[in-house]
Amino acid sequence: MDNEIKREIILDNFNNPFNKDGNINLGYEKINSNNESCIDDIDLYIDIKDNIIKDIRFNGEACAISTSSTSIMLKNIIGKNVLDAYKYVINFMNMVEEKEYDEKLLGEGIVFNEIYKQQNRKTCVTLPYTGILKILEKYI
Amino acid sequence: MFNYREDFPMLEKNIIYFDNGATTFKPKSVINAMNDYYFNYSANAHRGDYTISYKVDVAYLSSRKKVAEFINAEFDEVVFTSGTTDSINIVAEGFFKNLLEPGDEILLTKSEHASNILPWFRLANTNNCIINYIELDDSLHITMDNVKKAITDKTKLISIAGITNVVGDLRPIDEICKYAHSKNIFVIVDGAQLVPHKKVDVKKSDIDFLAFSGHKMCGPTGIGVLYGKKEFLDKLTPINLGGGMNESFDNENEIYLKELPNRLEAGTPNIAGAIGLGAAIDYLNNIGMDNIEIYENKLKSYLIDKLIKIPFIDIINIESDSGIVSFNIDGIFSQDVAFYLNKYNICVRAGNHCAKILKSETGVKNSIRVSLYFYNTFEEIDKFVELISDKEKIMKEMIM
Repeated sequence: MDNEIKREIILDNFNNPFNKDGNINLGYEKINSNNESCIDDIDLYIDIKDNIIKDIRFNGEACAISTSSTSIMLKNIIGKNVLDAYKYVINFMNMVEEKEYDEKLLGEGIVFNEIYKQQNRKTCVTLPYTGILKILEKYI
Repeated sequence: MFNYREDFPMLEKNIIYFDNGATTFKPKSVINAMNDYYFNYSANAHRGDYTISYKVDVAYLSSRKKVAEFINAEFDEVVFTSGTTDSINIVAEGFFKNLLEPGDEILLTKSEHASNILPWFRLANTNNCIINYIELDDSLHITMDNVKKAITDKTKLISIAGITNVVGDLRPIDEICKYAHSKNIFVIVDGAQLVPHKKVDVKKSDIDFLAFSGHKMCGPTGIGVLYGKKEFLDKLTPINLGGGMNESFDNENEIYLKELPNRLEAGTPNIAGAIGLGAAIDYLNNIGMDNIEIYENKLKSYLIDKLIKIPFIDIINIESDSGIVSFNIDGIFSQDVAFYLNKYNICVRAGNHCAKILKSETGVKNSIRVSLYFYNTFEEIDKFVELISDKEKIMKEMIM
């Protein structure tokens, strides 16, 4: 994918993040994700029923990479069953960690396929993933 | 005006370093002084039985003397610690824990660094004391009126930064000490951002306790200073007990401690750190603290004059009396700006800068902070301003 297109997708998800809202009274399970090394701080609100991820919302303050990464993750895992969502997350983490991964499973997540070149942004891009993993692991 | 850049190996690396509030670069003289210790006389202190150990004693004492002269204290009023944080914790736990009664009040401000808040929070909890804050004015400064307003009959101590690390305001320490002492209130000054940048005279200001760090003033990490008036240090209970601080002991009831300041420095001290700090003080004295202050003010005004012309930049502290400038760019997260600048080898800090309750005063949680030192240049500011003036470029380049 062309860098210009990647940049556009990342910025679009940063400026218009998916399911980022302040409505936190939905009774969803909450998990906070923050980086010790920086100031990103987001809360994820997850609704899992019958092993399906029905909905996820998020709010908080985070950089462009963290915010767009969260937005893209949500688009990709809402509606999936827990195991498929888990596979998506692991596949994405493998990409960031420069391990083998399946490009076809990533959807828009592919925009971060060269983030490993900026070591100091790896924690930004994986921020929502470390949070969601803690939840998903409970259901697997 | 200055040309000290060649003294700093880190400045040969083609980076623009604007994070001097976090730590500073070290001149060769400091590095060499520490290397000299490790290469040529690497023994313990306080054990003058052989030549190299005697040399350590002399070097260690000489550093203490340099610190004392630097802040106009007496030799035995200077305690080496690991840094400002350590120093403030020692004062809180070793001195005020014994002194404060339930209901006594501790006066802080909301722009303090965590290291000048959390030790007092803990003390307030253990001794059932109350934390109050001196109100900040519209420009986030302390006024004497607000100091007087915040003081009550129960106020026992005021602990404030000499210069704060986000707002960069210089506090009227002399006046505060004078007024506080007239009410029998102690004053503790967090000097982390003050001592490296301005001449401090503890006697003239009449400061009761002063804490500062070596690494923010061209010295090494892991060494700092606690200054205390002798009469107060004498009453300070050592936090650490062990070697080097006791005179003799036979059983648990018969422990005799050494004189000040040794009894507050248990264990093998940070010898290399103290020697490095001594060399750093020599270096700063050679430039002259007055010259440092004048030059930094010029740099800072130059930067502010340029930043205020950029419409999408909100400066948090237009009026401040130090080389610290904190600001935000409309619609861009501070850390993204830092990442963007990093691409051009410019180091700035983004975040809350450990002043986590300041947001209730400013409404701003995070910011970009530029903190200058005497080795920064007008050309560096030009380059920085050029990069920060182009919002489209920032938006484009901040993510990849």
